[in-house]
Amino acid sequence: MSSLLIKIAKELLLARWKQTLVAAIGVTFSISMFVALLSFMNGLNDLLDGLILNRTAHVRIYNEIKPSKNQAINLSSQFQKSHNFINSIKSSSSRLSIYNTEHIFEILDKDKRVLGYAPKISAQVFFTYGTLAITGAINGIDVTAESKLFSFKDYVTAGNAADLKNVPNSIILGKGLAEKLMANIGDVVQINTTDGNLMPLKVVGVFQSGLQDLDKVQSYSSIATAQKLMGKSNNYLTDIQVKLIDIKQAPKIAKEYAALFDCDAEDIQTANSQFETGSTVRTIISYSVGVVLLIVAGFGIYNILNMLIYEKMDTIAILKATGFSGSDVKKIFIYIALSIGIFGGLLGVLFGFGFSVIIDNIPFNTPSLPTIKTFPINYKALYYLIGIVFSLVTTYMAGFFPARKASKIDPVNIIRGK
Amino acid sequence: MSEIILSAKNINKSFHDPVDVKILSDISFEITKGEFVSVIGKSGCGKSTLLYILSTMDTDYEGDLYINNELMKNKKESELAIVRNEYIGFVFQFHYLLNEFNVLENVMLPGLKLNKYSKEEVEYRAMEKLKMLGIENEALKKANQLSGGQKQRVSIARSLINDPLIIMGDEPTGNLDNKNSLIVFDIFKELAEVYNQTLLIVTHDQSFAANTKRIIEMADGRIIRQ
Ligand SMILES: Nc1ncnc2c1ncn2[C@@H]1O[C@H](COP(=O)(O)OP(=O)(O)OP(=O)(O)O)[C@@H](O)[C@H]1O
Ligand SMILES: [Mg+2]
Repeated sequence: MSSLLIKIAKELLLARWKQTLVAAIGVTFSISMFVALLSFMNGLNDLLDGLILNRTAHVRIYNEIKPSKNQAINLSSQFQKSHNFINSIKSSSSRLSIYNTEHIFEILDKDKRVLGYAPKISAQVFFTYGTLAITGAINGIDVTAESKLFSFKDYVTAGNAADLKNVPNSIILGKGLAEKLMANIGDVVQINTTDGNLMPLKVVGVFQSGLQDLDKVQSYSSIATAQKLMGKSNNYLTDIQVKLIDIKQAPKIAKEYAALFDCDAEDIQTANSQFETGSTVRTIISYSVGVVLLIVAGFGIYNILNMLIYEKMDTIAILKATGFSGSDVKKIFIYIALSIGIFGGLLGVLFGFGFSVIIDNIPFNTPSLPTIKTFPINYKALYYLIGIVFSLVTTYMAGFFPARKASKIDPVNIIRGK
Repeated sequence: MSEIILSAKNINKSFHDPVDVKILSDISFEITKGEFVSVIGKSGCGKSTLLYILSTMDTDYEGDLYINNELMKNKKESELAIVRNEYIGFVFQFHYLLNEFNVLENVMLPGLKLNKYSKEEVEYRAMEKLKMLGIENEALKKANQLSGGQKQRVSIARSLINDPLIIMGDEPTGNLDNKNSLIVFDIFKELAEVYNQTLLIVTHDQSFAANTKRIIEMADGRIIRQ
């Protein structure tokens, strides 16, 4: 039965194939724009997220400087039952270093949810070069782990990241910092710690993260160098950066670790909540542009179908006179609309893919993003699926009202009118 | 012998636009199987209006209409479509063929809609009807490539495809020259005499009417002779 209606729909459509092609091209255009836009915007999202998120630990284990939670008075048995008010609490010079790191490493090694971890020492220092003294920060890192988990190597734009490990007393400077210090590879910079220690370090590389503020203050050395600089023993660590298999579990695991290791643990979502907002805005923009384009295409289809119905009054009248019901006629026009949608939509995702590939190959070189060579594209299958679904929904809606109008045509009026 | 196929009881119809005008008053008659009936009357007396009611396309009337002993009142639009498809064949003054389809497909469409026979059977039956009307050679032409007389024969073939209880025609020869009118009339006559087909044909053509078995004459929305 419905195959007969489809055949009739096909013949009506072919009789006006030029107009239907125009309508289908409208759908193709909007769907391809939609898919390309969404892929590009999300590629951009990934890129910008990657800028921070890929280089940020999912869970950071550390010790915060803060006043003790258990002030002496609370521990006193005498005041146990009373409300104790203490004013102007100050933090004591509690240790920044994490206790019992061996034990933590053991547990992390066993945890199946953990992809890997990288220990770190961060400290505030002064850089002196000639008469210049600049505040900055030094990060003692395990180059191998840091490169594997947080792509450290990719951001070393001059020199060699591995030298940090191989050359004793070496340092990699942020690009902005290196410029301020006028330090080139091979030069020696003097480092002053806040405790007054002084140590010369050899510059073996320049680091460019893409975030200028960061590059003006940050520098990297090996963990051993940092420990030496701080005058600490070789188990001194201030941070353990954990990368998880599933980033979504970070808040939960952070809480768990904080309790387990009796220290602070911050998850990536809390640390970088502002990035979500940017991504959401870009996604909303691409969806709204896509929907607007589709609505325009929908009106195109609506017009074509109305015209078709006006032209095919006689056909509709005769179909009804010979025994086709109103709902049969309605189906015929819905089929016409949907086939425009399917054809236009499929072609649309194909072109959308094409546009994405083209964008993906346009060179995009910016000094702040050394790892990026072309515009970013995210080829997620979901966008193509959404494109197809959207094209079907819009064409159905655009076809619905003309089809209903056709189903209500009174054959007597048409036949009498001749 | 006289099996009643169609019966109209006290059918009244008025148009309300712009003022109330009564077009049909108290129309009652019966048609039995195998009858060849013509309806005549002055222009504007309500013949077409009556035919649209009898064909179930117009449902805005008072009185009762029975087709195959079934009351048409209160039937849904889709049920009436089935009645038209199965029981009624139409021939209009204008051929009303679908130009998107060829002759054979035009004839087949109501048969495919009925869905009683397979596609191959419907095609075979359609060819039989075209042969009977002497236009089997035109089967694969598009509808708009035929002459007026040929088109009218195609619509007769189409009206026959589901072996309807009754064929209704509204001035089927009105648009044809004498020669073609005669051909169409002879076809109707053959259908009635050889195949015992029931026919109800509205016509202006006196000689056409004179040759039918029964004449219903109308004037001012009433039947004055039957
Ligand atoms: N939609 C309508 N609204 C108002 N009046 C109408 C309408 N349709 C038809 N009429 C009137 O009803 C009357 C009967 O029309 P009808 O078409 O049935 O006549 P007819 O007998 O078939 O005439 P003809 O022989 O010229 O075809 C006419 O007076 C016509 O003006
Ligand atoms: Mg008339």
